[in-house]
Amino acid sequence: MAATKGARPRRFALSMRAKEALAGYLFILPWAIGFLVFVAGPMLFSLYASFTNYNVTSKFDWIGLANYKKMFFSDPFYWKSVWNTLYFTVFSVPINIAVGVVSAVLLFQNVPFQRMWRTIFYLPKVLTGVAVLMLWVWVFNPQDGLMNNFLRSIGVDNPPLWFASPKWSKPALIVMSAWSATGGILLYLAGLQAIPKQLYEAAQIDGASGWRQFLNVTLPMLSSTIFFKLITGINGAMQYWEAALIVTNPPGSPSNSTLFNGLYIWNTAFRDMKMGYASAMAWVMFIITMILAAIQFWGSKRWVYYEGERR
Amino acid sequence: MATISRSPQMTPELIRSRQRHLIYTIAWKTAAVLVLAAVSSFILFPALWMLSTALKPDDQVALANWIPRPPVWRNFIEAWTSVPFTRYTINTALYSAACVIGETLSSSLVAYGFARLRFPGRNLLFGIMLSTMMIPGMVTMIPQYVLFSKLHWVGSYLPLVVPKFFGTPFFIFLLRQMFMGIPEELCEAARIDGANEFWIYSRVILPLSKASLATVALMSFEGAWNAYVGPVLYISNTKLYTVQVGLAMFKSSSQTEWQHLMAASIIVMLPIIILFSAFQRYFTEGAAISGGVKG
Repeated sequence: MAATKGARPRRFALSMRAKEALAGYLFILPWAIGFLVFVAGPMLFSLYASFTNYNVTSKFDWIGLANYKKMFFSDPFYWKSVWNTLYFTVFSVPINIAVGVVSAVLLFQNVPFQRMWRTIFYLPKVLTGVAVLMLWVWVFNPQDGLMNNFLRSIGVDNPPLWFASPKWSKPALIVMSAWSATGGILLYLAGLQAIPKQLYEAAQIDGASGWRQFLNVTLPMLSSTIFFKLITGINGAMQYWEAALIVTNPPGSPSNSTLFNGLYIWNTAFRDMKMGYASAMAWVMFIITMILAAIQFWGSKRWVYYEGERR
Repeated sequence: MATISRSPQMTPELIRSRQRHLIYTIAWKTAAVLVLAAVSSFILFPALWMLSTALKPDDQVALANWIPRPPVWRNFIEAWTSVPFTRYTINTALYSAACVIGETLSSSLVAYGFARLRFPGRNLLFGIMLSTMMIPGMVTMIPQYVLFSKLHWVGSYLPLVVPKFFGTPFFIFLLRQMFMGIPEELCEAARIDGANEFWIYSRVILPLSKASLATVALMSFEGAWNAYVGPVLYISNTKLYTVQVGLAMFKSSSQTEWQHLMAASIIVMLPIIILFSAFQRYFTEGAAISGGVKG
């Protein structure tokens, strides 16, 4: 008697739970289908294709590790593209973070014309797309562009040729990305907002200078925001290539100095139609991205401070 | 600083220390303004240069003057009509509208599932979804192209629009965060009244999340409007070009008439500028939520 009485509500609860689970699966079904059809399935296919000489139309033969061997040992363009990507990442990510942190910290102080500064810093967020790249092509025009007009006016006799010079094409792209990065200070401002005021008061009582307060209060408290920007920044820089596709003509010029890893894969896949080889390169890119992400998460435990974190 | 006059005993040392503090503050603020002014000019000058060039008469484009004399507003009309930009705009508007509807709708459905319903494997699936955000676009782009070419979708907008109807991880994440903030009691009350989950989602959760849905819709619009690689890969018929592809082609086709290129660029950016300025509040909010990824 007691058992049946007890069982009834339990069965009711169970069916409620089953109903909820069923509804849950139905709600996430669009994503699950999309994941299988547009992400997981295609990725498995490209993993297989990376061991073939696939070219969409006629060839699809298993060639073992040939693509990977070619990539690592006999393709100078591949290493050139890796070098270009590393160069861009090593310079653009720290510069963008430094510009963002310094600007946000200054904006957060009680400086005059605060509203005006904030509006200006918001500008790169709204000037986007191909149009802003066109702007930079014009700014870096060696003869009549804004940049060289400025450099000549301050006494630089032979200003760089920027996108026409293998040496200066990447720095030009790094300047471009720094300009866009100033639009990302919102996140730093939100991070600064979250720092408890008492920490600064305590530091002031201890007689800490503004600089020491920045080093010992602001930076540690902002570390999780910086860390987030670092991960997304490195991830973005490793995959940087679309701007080069639009800005340089032919893409990757001059002398392959803007042939980024992504651009080389794009050319291989969609210009040369060597899908097998391109898939192999894309998979290597994927694996490197994953390794970097793992290293960053591991490293973050050492120097990132999360407020309210329980260990 | 207001305490200076109230201090009971102003010894000369104290006054000197206060003065030193004041000088220090003034120096620091001046330095801050100088740095901000330098960064601001770096941001502002290219944008002003763009506007200035767009308004220049043909013979002043190569000159370093900032004020066009006289400003040539006709440049905008000439740039717009020299290439079928009106057609490209209609194409892009329709394509973007489809993307906004698809992404907002599907992402909100999936977000509700992850935010409010308990089912076995939920955390694992959510983790998988988050980690797909790290996958380089290049890795899926190649096999997706193969898939769409087998389906004979290449040359149409289907490859660009259809995947948007299956949810976008970043938007799912944003909306899930927002939905989780809505008090559970509201849904519980509806559930006791016999409402099913879809009813709760569409009648309770969605109306309470208008601001975050607007944020997602705007970001989705921005993504579609600014997309370049997808359209250039799948759309080959010039009549179907989007504004971004049209702009890039305009650059390579014309003998780089900078005043026209800048004028066309400004018009192409205009919808985003207007939307972002009008709904700035939502974007600030979106940025703040996305910062939550780090925690």
